[in-house]
Amino acid sequence: MYRYDEFDHAFVAERVAQFRDQVERRLSGELSEDAFKPLRLMNGVYLQLHAYMLRIAIPYGTLNSKQMRMLAHVARTYDRGYGHFTTRQNLQFNWPKLSDMSDVLAELASVEMHAIQTSGNCIRNVTADHFAGAAADEVADPRPYAEILRQWSSVHPEFSFLPRKFKIAVTGAERDRAAIQVHDIGLHLKKNDKGEIGFAVYVGGGQGRTPMVAKLIREFLPEEDLLSYTTAVMRVYNLHGRRDNKYKARIKILVHETGAEELARQVEVEFAQLRDTELKLPEADVAAISAYFAPPALAERAEGWESLARWKKADPDFARWVQQNVQPHKNPDYGMVTISLKPIGGIPGDATDSQMDAVADIAEEYALDEIRVSHEQNLILPHVALADLEPVYRALVAHGLATANAGLITDIIACPGLDYCALANARSIPVAQEISSRFGSPERQEEIGELKIKISGCINACGHHHVGHIGLLGVEKKGAELYQITLGGSGDEHTSIGEIIGRGFEPNKVTDAIETIVDTYLGLRLDKAETFLAAYRRVGPQPFKDALYGGSTAEAA
Amino acid sequence: MVDKVLTANRLADGIAVWLDAGGEWTTSLQDALVARHAEAVSALEDIGKKAYADNKVVDVNVVEVQETEGILWPLRLRERIRAQGPTMVYAKGYAPADPEFIAV
Repeated sequence: MYRYDEFDHAFVAERVAQFRDQVERRLSGELSEDAFKPLRLMNGVYLQLHAYMLRIAIPYGTLNSKQMRMLAHVARTYDRGYGHFTTRQNLQFNWPKLSDMSDVLAELASVEMHAIQTSGNCIRNVTADHFAGAAADEVADPRPYAEILRQWSSVHPEFSFLPRKFKIAVTGAERDRAAIQVHDIGLHLKKNDKGEIGFAVYVGGGQGRTPMVAKLIREFLPEEDLLSYTTAVMRVYNLHGRRDNKYKARIKILVHETGAEELARQVEVEFAQLRDTELKLPEADVAAISAYFAPPALAERAEGWESLARWKKADPDFARWVQQNVQPHKNPDYGMVTISLKPIGGIPGDATDSQMDAVADIAEEYALDEIRVSHEQNLILPHVALADLEPVYRALVAHGLATANAGLITDIIACPGLDYCALANARSIPVAQEISSRFGSPERQEEIGELKIKISGCINACGHHHVGHIGLLGVEKKGAELYQITLGGSGDEHTSIGEIIGRGFEPNKVTDAIETIVDTYLGLRLDKAETFLAAYRRVGPQPFKDALYGGSTAEAA
Repeated sequence: MVDKVLTANRLADGIAVWLDAGGEWTTSLQDALVARHAEAVSALEDIGKKAYADNKVVDVNVVEVQETEGILWPLRLRERIRAQGPTMVYAKGYAPADPEFIAV
């Protein structure tokens, strides 16, 4: 993984010192809240319902054991013993004191972490496929390009005060595990007929109050033009993006109002000016960054095949976990392990300090010291020998981290919702907990198959409800919580926005409604191989409306 | 008129607080000073503005409450959760909010 050079260390250290001074001046009263707020936001510090919240960047979701142990240490020392992994592959602490914040950032800097650009109208943490560098179906590793974009965008003077926040995601496989089509810019790494590396460029995707699927504006952008073309997109957005209305300020609105074709033309005009400038990526620089992400030297571990078969036969729970949470690796002797942060009835994405320490220990001993955070709020060990799966599983079981539910109905994404968030209108976590408990039986989950439920506590859609196969949006109506259900959303290579199915449900009726939807699906699917999403796309909303509302009208709440 | 209390978040640690009858900021809603008429609400607002300007607290608001058998109960769910914390078991050593207090 990428290691800081002298410049990086000096830059982050200077930023910590600068923020320490700003915090001290704030606490002494020298700086007003109005003056301080933009400064704290630039360093990832929010004020939520109960306390300050610190959002820490985990670039493209990649971290090592030392960094994970530091997160555990911060949770234990400065917070309430846990952290929350987010849908942007970041980590949030919910209870740090402002007076401790500079110490926290200094501790993070000691392991090459920071919270810069995790808030504000700038280019946020660049996200990537959490299986990058390991997936069997990958054309190329997206992380070097995500790192190049990270370096280019960090405190970029031209793009630090954009009309609104800006999110970039990169995937290196046909199967999109980074949800690139709901990002401001989505980059799909691919090879052309000559075998050269480049990108399909999608622009203008996003969720929030106006969900949009991104438009493809470049079929194949050569690798060397990554920064010049991205700069061209940013310039068009910076110039023409709306600053008069916060709710219309994202690039998706510009793309929608301008038209993808015209926007692409404007980008090409800018690009023509930029492509032969210093922004052209030199091959040597790409090679230098790529070297940080060189595939690890994986020893031959063919003995794992025999052992794995034996272990699976002896322990059905282990067999179920392997079936659900281990994916094929480029190297057939290895697997990619999903560590579920979705225990049955638990809080999606939360991990305690001791769980973080345990993951660090396991990664160090069995997984070449590499850990990933997925946008689905799980952790990943990308390189685990099949021969080590059993001890890894036992270690995970000991820490409540071996729930065999990756991609199943209890692998729910949920934002913090009204239990923490100052913007939320309704709770998300308790809803997720109740659904998880209702469907917690392994046999029932297995019978239902792949089904992604995503829950947001407000229209900002941090819980990605628009792209949930079943999405839940919490709203406030007449002073009470109400949940709108959307069906048919998807955040993969066939991205779609879910459709509102009808009027909303009170909190105590939501889980029953989900059960009705699931039972309807089970009753109409062609066979077990037809997933919920495939069945919904085949039959449309009507059978589900009929099941939920009978003959009554189902007008949206 | 609906009863009201003054709430904010403490500057140094961000913890939710309410103004009590002694003019101090308390972490317990139940100790809050209740304004029962327009002049009292106006006084709370002035105190809030001054505390904000003096950099004692941030995010200052006057919120509606109802007093039943001596228990103050915010009308908005958001404020009930602010008063008692997250509604689920979330961290060792920290109690979740009382479901009866949270319920509508």
